[in-house]
Amino acid sequence: MEFKDYYQVMGLQRDATEAQIKQAYRKLARKYHPDVSKEKDAEARFKDLGEAYEVLKSPEKRAAYDQLGKGPRPGEEFKPPPDWASGFEFSGASGARDADYSDFFETLFGGARRERGFASGGGFSGHDNEHHAADHHAKVLLDLDATLEGGARILTLKLPQIDGEGRLTTQERTLNVQVPKGILPGQTIRLAGQGAGAGAVRGDLYIEVEFQPHPLYRVDGRDLYLDLPVAPWEAALGASIKVPTPAGTVDLKIPPGSRAGTKLRLKARGIPSAIPGDFYVALQIALPPATDDKAKAAYRAMAEAVPFNPRTSLGV
Amino acid sequence: MAYEGLLAGEIFEDFAVLSVDELSRLCTVDRTYIIELVEEGVLHGSGSDATDWRFPGAALRRARTALRLQRDLEINLPGVALVLELMEELGQLRAELAGRR
Repeated sequence: MEFKDYYQVMGLQRDATEAQIKQAYRKLARKYHPDVSKEKDAEARFKDLGEAYEVLKSPEKRAAYDQLGKGPRPGEEFKPPPDWASGFEFSGASGARDADYSDFFETLFGGARRERGFASGGGFSGHDNEHHAADHHAKVLLDLDATLEGGARILTLKLPQIDGEGRLTTQERTLNVQVPKGILPGQTIRLAGQGAGAGAVRGDLYIEVEFQPHPLYRVDGRDLYLDLPVAPWEAALGASIKVPTPAGTVDLKIPPGSRAGTKLRLKARGIPSAIPGDFYVALQIALPPATDDKAKAAYRAMAEAVPFNPRTSLGV
Repeated sequence: MAYEGLLAGEIFEDFAVLSVDELSRLCTVDRTYIIELVEEGVLHGSGSDATDWRFPGAALRRARTALRLQRDLEINLPGVALVLELMEELGQLRAELAGRR
């Protein structure tokens, strides 16, 4: 079993005061809260933080934890001492609501939680309707193609499950799901009857959807955006150029006199729906490098032939 | 683990119209909490009073986010409402910024 250094998780010294522990928790909770954070590993960090705080904020648990010292030497397995927690009573009402703790925590403090029964739910539950208590919620990152084409995807979900001893654990569940065409980030896939429970009281599974960033396209509502580099002469003179779209490559006409930032619309080639989104191409003007003599000569010839001051708006 | 058969997903927001009781059951909170979210302006129900309020499906995710913020960050309801508004604004600004790059 892996030893958890709860002080390290919270960035605290081992002699931290209760006030410092609370302060550290609040600060880090704001930083790593998965609803707010942009950090990559926010979810895992927040989970570790919640667990560390659960132990360190409780004087009994903290005292018991402190007895373990700093854990085993690197590379050694941690085993709780045989006389673990004798003389401690982990009784304080804790926020062990739907938290899912590590094996380390469960081994050391899980017993107390089981005796208390974890379905108490703090201040937020109290409405444990038998049917809807069996609903499950999960999150998933989909690729953009899933919404454009609405294909089958193998989704691996982390779901809270109650094991035979009444403990809350996370279990991976793999489902083959027909992703509904046109679903947007921020929306929810419902799979009726795929929650917990059995028979008539089987709950539903709600999967919150976000998209993985696409290498080419940016999503804005139902619309898709592509930044399209064009050569200066293509923008100035107009051109017909090949553009990748989700439905395949298309020929796009660039009107003469186009400027950087010009947006060209391909109607109804965005995310599908009764009123489908559009596909926008934003022009970016790419300059050819003046690395050889020929290119340099061409630039010089243009400078002579075209009187052009790009800074007139600056008054210079 | 063996895969189960292909499951047809439906977009919850496309069809769901929720009453206060349905929303509170889905969030496993007391209905008074949903009413507080409405009073704070976090959720908007159509209808004159709480018994006939109807919420769009998107309210589920919003209410759950509010609940998590309040529980995990120990902030009060006006604070949650402010965070949600600022996060929305941040999302719009990020989208706009991505469009300008």
